[in-house]
Formats: sequence, C-alpha cells, structure tokens
Amino acid sequence: MMNKIKSPDELLKLQEKIRASRDPNKPCVTICAGTGCLAYGTQKLIDNFKAEIEKRNLTGTVDVRTSGCHGFCERGPLVVVNPKGIFYQRVKIDDASEIIEKTVLNGELLDRLLYNDAQTGAKVTYEHEVPFYKKQMRIVFGMNGQIDPKSLEDYLAIGGYSALAKVLRGMQPEAVIQEVIKANLRGRGGGGFPTGWKWDATRKANDNPKYVICNADEGDPGAYMDRSLLEGNPQAVLEGMIIGAYAIGSSEGYIYVRNEYPLAVTNITIAIEKVRELGIIGKNILGTGFNFDIKINRGGGAFVCGESSALFASIEGRAGEPRAKYVHATDRGLYDKPTNLNNVETWANVPLIMNKGADWYQSIGTKNSKGTKIFSLVGKINNTGLVEVPMGITLREIVFEIGGGIPKGKKFKAVQTGGPSGGCIPEQFLDIPVDFDELSKIGSMMGSGGMIVMDDRNCMVDVAKYFLKFLEEESCGKCTPCREGVLQMRLILDRITEGTGKEEDLDTLEWMGQAIIDGSLCALGGTAPNPVLSTIRFFREEYESHIKDKKCPAGVCKALITYSIDAEACTGCGVCARICPTKAATGEKKQVHTIDQEKCIKCGACFESCKFDAVKVA
Amino acid sequence: METDIKEIIKRYGEDKSFLVPILQDVQKRFNYLPKEAIQSVSKLLEVPLSQIYHVATFYKAFSLLPRGKHQFQLCLGTACHVRNAPLIGEHIERTLGIKAGETTSDLEFTFETVNCLGACALGPILVLDEEYHGQMTISKANKILKKLGKKVESDDE
Repeated sequence: MMNKIKSPDELLKLQEKIRASRDPNKPCVTICAGTGCLAYGTQKLIDNFKAEIEKRNLTGTVDVRTSGCHGFCERGPLVVVNPKGIFYQRVKIDDASEIIEKTVLNGELLDRLLYNDAQTGAKVTYEHEVPFYKKQMRIVFGMNGQIDPKSLEDYLAIGGYSALAKVLRGMQPEAVIQEVIKANLRGRGGGGFPTGWKWDATRKANDNPKYVICNADEGDPGAYMDRSLLEGNPQAVLEGMIIGAYAIGSSEGYIYVRNEYPLAVTNITIAIEKVRELGIIGKNILGTGFNFDIKINRGGGAFVCGESSALFASIEGRAGEPRAKYVHATDRGLYDKPTNLNNVETWANVPLIMNKGADWYQSIGTKNSKGTKIFSLVGKINNTGLVEVPMGITLREIVFEIGGGIPKGKKFKAVQTGGPSGGCIPEQFLDIPVDFDELSKIGSMMGSGGMIVMDDRNCMVDVAKYFLKFLEEESCGKCTPCREGVLQMRLILDRITEGTGKEEDLDTLEWMGQAIIDGSLCALGGTAPNPVLSTIRFFREEYESHIKDKKCPAGVCKALITYSIDAEACTGCGVCARICPTKAATGEKKQVHTIDQEKCIKCGACFESCKFDAVKVA
Repeated sequence: METDIKEIIKRYGEDKSFLVPILQDVQKRFNYLPKEAIQSVSKLLEVPLSQIYHVATFYKAFSLLPRGKHQFQLCLGTACHVRNAPLIGEHIERTLGIKAGETTSDLEFTFETVNCLGACALGPILVLDEEYHGQMTISKANKILKKLGKKVESDDE
C-alpha cells in the first residue's frame, strides 16, 4: 500500500518520478479491451500475448497493456505496437506470436493487419494516419489508448491529476467556477446547459450538505461514449468530479451508472480505491483540508433515470419517477439538498480546461458551443465507432470522411441524432455545422451523442415508431400526456404501417405531438414526439405513400410489402427453401424457386440468406 | 435464504437508499426475486413491502418469476434496429414459442430484448449466457439454437 500524498506539490513530484522511471522507447503492445473489442473475443488475444511474452522470456522487456476503447470498433480487435505506434486492425487471436516475433522484435510490418485505405488503396501504418482518426480531435477520448484504466500510475504518467494539483495549489473555488464559465463548457448529456453556471448556482445555494453527481445512466440506445470513457479513463472523470466538488463546496458525491455496464462499474470502483489509497479522495485531500468522497450507485435499467429528478429518486432507493421542477436541483435535488449533476463526458472535460485554460478551450468550436463532442457513429455506416470532433464540423465530414460513407454503395437517407429525444436529419442539411444550436434549429438535438446513419432500406415511419415504442415502454407513467399521448401516437403509427392509415392522421400526430411537448412533466415526454415530428417534416412523402398508396418504399413495413423471387437471378440453390420457416419458398433443385404469398409470413429470412440477390422486396 | 440476504444487506451498511443495488444482488444470487426473499429484505431493511414491489416492478432489471437456464438477450438499440434485429427477435420468439420477456415452461430458455449493449459495430447482437454473438442473422441464430438442442422450424436438411 502506498503512503498518502500530503500536498499537491508532492503529487506533482510523484508524477515526475513515475515519468522518469518509464522508458519511452520500451516496446509496448497495447490491446484495445473496450466492450466492442472484447465482444470480438479479445480476451483470448490478450491471454495469448501474455503467454507469448512469458514463453520468450520477455517479461520486463516488452510490456503488454490492455487499454480502454480506441473508438474504431468496426475494425476490432485493435492492437497498437509502441513505441512506433504501429496500428494493427482485425487482429486474429492467433496473431500474437507473429506480432511479437516480427514486429516487436524485428521491426517488420505485418501487411495483412495494416489498415487498407479504400480510397487510395494504400496501406496505412500509423493510427493517426487512418482516415477515420485523421479528422478527429481526440482531446478527451484520445487518452484512452495510452492508459490501462485499472492503473493510476498510467494516468499519472500522462499528467493525470495535474489539474487537481493546480486547483488545490491556490485557486479559490470561485476562480475555478469562473474558469469553467469562461470556457463556456456546456452539458454533454443532452441539455447543453452551461456547466459553470450550474456549479455557481449550487455553490450559492443556501443549504448543506451539497451533492455532486456524475450521470452515467447512458440510456440512449445506440450511444456508448459515456460507457467507453468510464471504462477506458475513469480517473479523468474522477478528477473532474473532485475539482467540481471543491469549486461547489461539496463533500459527498455519487456516480449513477447503468448496471448493464459491468466493466464500467468494475473500472470506476477500482479507480476510486486507488485514489483513496493515495489520499486524492477521502478526508483531507492532498493535505489541504478538503474532504470529498464518492459512492457508486447502479441503475436498474430504466431510461427515465437519466432525468435528474428521477435519478435522485433512484439513488434514494425509490422508483425513478421525475417530479415537476419548480425548484431547480441546484437548490433542492438529492435528499432535497443542493445538487449538481453533470454527465460523464462533461466531467472528463474539466481537467482539460483547468490544465490548458479557458482561453485555449474557447478557441475550439463555434460561437456558443465550445470544445469537442464525442459521437457514437453507428447504423448503416462503414466505419462504426466513437468519434471525437470539434464542435462546428459538418455532418457530411463526419458521415463521409470519418465514417467512410454507407456500406455496399447504398444511398444515404438520414442521420438520427439526439436519440429518442432527437430527430432525423435528411441529406439537404448535411453541410450544417454540428453544434447545440444548429441541430435544434432543424428539429433535432445534440443529445448525448448518438448518431445513427440510415440508408434507403430504412423506413422513416418505422424508425419513428421504433422510438415511440421505446418511449412508451420507458415512460414512468406518472403524467398523462406522456403515458397516454405517446401510446396514442404509437397506435396511429401502427395503423399507418399496417396500411390502414387515414389522411388526417398526419395532422393528428402533429397537434398531439405538440400537446405532449407542452404538457409533459419531464424531458422524456417533452421531447418524445420529436422523432415523429421531424420525420413528418422531412419525409412527409414517405408517410403519404404508406397512407395513400399502401406502400412502404423502403421495403420494411410487413403489411405493405411482398417478397418475390427474380427468375433471372435465381440459381435454384435452395437456400431460401431450407431457411423458410413456413415452407412458402419452394422449388426443384437448380430450378427457379417461388414464394407462396399465402404461406409467407414476411420474416425476411430468404431475403437475408440469398447470396444472389434474387429475393426482391416491394 | 435469510442468511444470504442478511449478508447482502450488510454489504450496503443496512442503508435503505441502496435498495436497488441490494435487490440486484439478491436477484443475482437467486436468479430472480423470490417472494420470500422480498419479504425478508422488507423485514431486515425495514422498508414496506409495497415500496419494494414498487421498485421491483418499476425497474426492468428485476424479475419476479424464475428465469431459464439459458438466457438470450437480443439488443434492440437503434443501431441494431436499423440492421434488422426485429426480424431476428421474431424468429427466436417463433422458435422458442415464447414472447420477449418470457421463459419457456421447462425453464430452459429465457428470451429478453435490451435497449443497447454499446457494441454497435457488431450489430445486431445476440447475447447467450453473457457471451456476445455479433452480426447476427436468422441462419446464425438457427445454428446457436440447434447447438442448444432446440429444433428449429427450417431444420430439414
């Protein structure tokens, strides 16, 4: 067990000592062990590397580091061989031995593991040269690749806790708040509220104790940046929270994290234990007399608990139902005491601002949105992954340059941002700068950072219905507009997708949506109609073909489509007949097959499995 | 059972505000929330039964019914949805003869859908007993089901 650090200066000395003890030229194999890569079976790869190092007596000569998510999940498992930073992708479990033998020991590149730039046809050796990373600005997320999230030493070695030392060495709490206000950091959880002002209000609230909370209840389906930050760099989040608590005058904090994120729970738990040992958290932090400690609370799988007042209820051990906010949480939040709640990514930005200053931070981004934002770029996109970009970059740059466009040469249709509270953005707006205000102007929102790309095989009515169904299930049921209104809107969409929609339905959806927005208690209901309203606004024709022509142009809505087999393309291979659960697809071997429409349940199995694109949907 | 529950409650310093994590641990121990377990949490933690049922039925993570030996979770996050996860879900429902959220009567299989597992690059994702299976298709799902001894409808090769 290490001794407690007694002053901020001593912390900086420790940092220096760790840095001096590390040889920057020592070979190190860094393996991405984020959830995405682990899902590819990376754990076995890690074991193989470790076994290989041992077998070759290289322990101490070559390091193996398991880091958090590098972001390029599409190409996992990812391995970076340092000191040179050689970037290997789609590494197979059995590649460990060869990587050690050829690349680490002999400096040879393994061509087959290098990234192939589809545009130029050239092989790319280094991470920062891969087009996916080139346009990014990874000031928050980039640290993930340099540290083992379970190692406090790794974090200290890259300058971790310098910001806390700086703050505790002589900044008054008010000065810290002023710096955050000046940086114009806005809440990354979706709301975009100015963080500094929130801190200020909590500090000035006339009651004690005051609470500081990290919202890691990332419920937006299709978004996983908070998870990857908490898993990959938990110390940065803690450092931000400790600085915030000092500025606000709080001695108690909570991290509210989804139970569905077990690795995040583990890593943040370890991180807290490690800093507690060193006296960076707990009583008399760094000998300055400042006390602050953090408890972890695991959520129970309710989307609404990302809403502040529902989150407080959940921490208190109750069902997560929101309350009306006549009084702000900064005055009366958790246990009716002044509470400051910020999202994971917001907290992770704080140390950066303290280290580099508000002026530097301000220089990144647009007029009212500063800094960077991490998005999870998913759906029908070539380069699925987490991307951190400066505010103000265009959607086109994100989707086509970083994301590499749409797979299989299909046509871009829309990008959905803001999760269930956001909207679908069509092609005509691809050149708008991405920031809080611009996205709101076109009926969507920044949200927590989900960015779901859709192609012409995605039906906008179906997507709107998907979100409504999600919200209908996740509505806590306390207020009527949300509980009943969302249900009624969904029933109308059911009707439209089943081919029994009426012409007046679109008007009904629009006024009903507005009523739900106006009448709901919390932001869940208050934004619930957005996916419907934005798709009606930009894809009205698609709704109309469902209603008037009884057609689903994207070929998704079951009641409005039929599967058939193109006689020209069919080779009679029989795959469709074998997979068809109702024996609707039939035919003699080597002969053209057919689908019996009476028997067809439109499960899509034949369409999915046909290798010759002979199954058509219309 | 009561000793197990005592031990779990002790982990949280007998603090009522940790009711949700306490119930999570109880469920982990017993695979679901048995009635007797809920009653003993109520007694030991001095929380009214009504409040525990409120919490246990509010949060999706809790089950008041026993769950199957094998648990399937299909991700229906947006990224998986746009990559056709619903069709796979319907196929599994048909094959197992249960709806999402239910358990087969022989207690062999539970099938659930979840909102997002945060591994969107591999979507659609099917998790079988905590093991991830990515880029799921109906035929891949069939292979997994067959391995578990389940006769699949299209199994006539």
